[in-house]
Amino acid sequence: MNAPLAPAEDLLKVRDLRKRFAVRGGIFSRTVDQVHAVDGVSFEIGKGETLGLVGESGCGKSTTGRCILRLIEPSSGEVWFQGNNVTRMGGDELQKLRRDMQIIFQDPYASLNPRLKVGAIIGEALTIHKLAPTQKAMEDRVVQLLETVGLQPDHMHRFPHEFSGGQRQRIGIARALAVEPKLIVCDEPVSALDVSIQAQVINLLEDLQEEFGLTYLFIAHDLSVVEHISTRVAVMYLGRVVEIAPSRELYDNPLHPYTEALLSAVPIPDPTVKRKRIMLQGDVPNPIRPPSGCHFHTRCPIARPDCAQRVPELRESKPGHWVSCHYSG
Amino acid sequence: MAGSTPVSLSADAPASPQLAVQPRKARSISPALETWRRFRRHTLAVTGAIVLLILVSGVLLGPYVWPVAINDIDFAAKLQGPSLAHPLGTDDLGQDLLARMMYGGRISLAVGFAAMLVALTVGVLVGSVAGMASGWLDAALMWLTDLFLALPTLPLLLLVMYLFRDSMKKVLGVEGGAFVLIVVVIGGLRWMPVARLVRAQFLSLREKEFVEAARALGASKVRQVVQHILPNALGPVIVVGTIDVAAAIIFESTLSFLGLGFPSDVPTWGSMLRDAKDYLDIAAHWALFPGGAIFLTVLAINFIGDGLRDAFDPRRVL
Ligand SMILES: Nc1ncnc2c1ncn2[C@@H]1O[C@H](COP(=O)(O)OP(=O)(O)O)[C@@H](O)[C@H]1O
Ligand code: SF4
Ligand SMILES: [Mg+2]
Repeated sequence: MNAPLAPAEDLLKVRDLRKRFAVRGGIFSRTVDQVHAVDGVSFEIGKGETLGLVGESGCGKSTTGRCILRLIEPSSGEVWFQGNNVTRMGGDELQKLRRDMQIIFQDPYASLNPRLKVGAIIGEALTIHKLAPTQKAMEDRVVQLLETVGLQPDHMHRFPHEFSGGQRQRIGIARALAVEPKLIVCDEPVSALDVSIQAQVINLLEDLQEEFGLTYLFIAHDLSVVEHISTRVAVMYLGRVVEIAPSRELYDNPLHPYTEALLSAVPIPDPTVKRKRIMLQGDVPNPIRPPSGCHFHTRCPIARPDCAQRVPELRESKPGHWVSCHYSG
Repeated sequence: MAGSTPVSLSADAPASPQLAVQPRKARSISPALETWRRFRRHTLAVTGAIVLLILVSGVLLGPYVWPVAINDIDFAAKLQGPSLAHPLGTDDLGQDLLARMMYGGRISLAVGFAAMLVALTVGVLVGSVAGMASGWLDAALMWLTDLFLALPTLPLLLLVMYLFRDSMKKVLGVEGGAFVLIVVVIGGLRWMPVARLVRAQFLSLREKEFVEAARALGASKVRQVVQHILPNALGPVIVVGTIDVAAAIIFESTLSFLGLGFPSDVPTWGSMLRDAKDYLDIAAHWALFPGGAIFLTVLAINFIGDGLRDAFDPRRVL
């Protein structure tokens, strides 16, 4: 690509991102196969926007998020952040990027170091990036961050195991906020939480977005969680984005058969609204040998023979509504 | 440790987050303190710790209470059983066994702990580097580890002692040279399990989300290791370390037994046992005390290791 700068309103631009993991086996741990975890993903996120990224477990959502943050090196493709090519960054530039992009994890237990006090966990970023000149400044900032996420100052002296799942998730959010990031990848931040707590955490994320002008890539494995918070939603299937549309539009007029299937699993609050119920046949195919042509053809209710031959391009079916299917939309 | 007191997710107060947790008066419980609490409930381990403490303070402080020379030869009193003059009896030269036991205990325990430190230091270093570096460095280090594991211990030990004893003697004196040599050899032959363990811990820990979070914040590799990975990897390592102490004490006894340990006039528990073996029928006490001391120490340390393992293991409910 000959380096076109992303339009000003796009904070993040992902272009044909691919990640293959080597599967090792046999004697001498040879690479015997490859998992096509992310298989050509493109999207952009506008400043202040929330892009929901939805798909079944194992379809490559987390890998996409981690490649964007360069926690995993993508196999190919490009990630542009504020007009800079993240995939080409090294050393100091990457270190600076760490202040702009952060991540919130799914598992509130695995995401906090059990041997550090909360103050040290949240304060680590301040040490790394030298954001607090004195011990006092550090403590003040930690207290401020704790209060921002709805925790109390004295919580900084406690260890993670003394908190509940929802509170731990708040600590993880405070840690991410410490560097004043512009973009936060939220990797299923509420999936592990009790339903009653989910709403609290989502509300907190929305408040923070408003307060600090944050941009989110919000990953979830079901559409109902994403509907509430997202400006636009991208649906993934086996490493590819099959549909992107503004949130409302996607729910009202899903074009891709896979999106329709996902939606038919979401309970509708209004009982008078009828939605045709689509049950998917079979399991998600193995990403080591994804189906040819359209990845979805093995389970698609409207598939035709040539779906197994031709890969559908993601095309703009209506303004702002993109779909990758030969026969729908 | 993590999850040792898993708070159920549903325990979240649905009330406003500010009220979610009232500040508790109680001091915050650190993972270390939690481990200590769990250890305390392990009766055998606590007994072991007390026994070891008595043994250690006995050999360290005992000589001040019982200031008798270890090489006071008195043929008139040879091979005597315990008496007021010699609480643990005497050996074939009429030397006081209590004094020799305390002196020998210092050496045996010092060898045990020093060899453990050598094994842990080398093992943690090799394991950490291998666990963080992937690719050829990891492969090379693991190859080295396997090579050392495949070495036949005893012949190698004999060879090393034979080759280096004299030169070490010149540099560090007779006792010092033997001590360093024995510690290095025992430590050098026992670091491999530690290295493998540490590497395995690193491989799993470095994929943990809290380490990934540190990476996302821009933490250097050194910082990731020192702050996040190593502290969480050390529990099982300490357990292996306790076993190493016991193993080193036994090893030193074996060396003494073969006449390859300290010079023959320096008592260690192992060498006393060796000297006593020819008099088992007429002076059983002579073998009994060093033998019993080794047995007690090794047993106590193994129980401590057991207790530590349980205390470090969050899944284990005591
Ligand atoms: N480090 C890895 N090594 C090998 N395979 C991986 C690795 N991480 C993820 N995968 C595989 O890549 C695919 C996508 O994983 P992931 O991005 O975690 O999916 P999701 O977050 O959507 O559940 C899965 O098939 C998974 O098994
Ligand atoms: S391209 Fe064919 S198989 Fe793929 S979703 Fe469309 S109709 Fe189904
Ligand atoms: Mg995931």
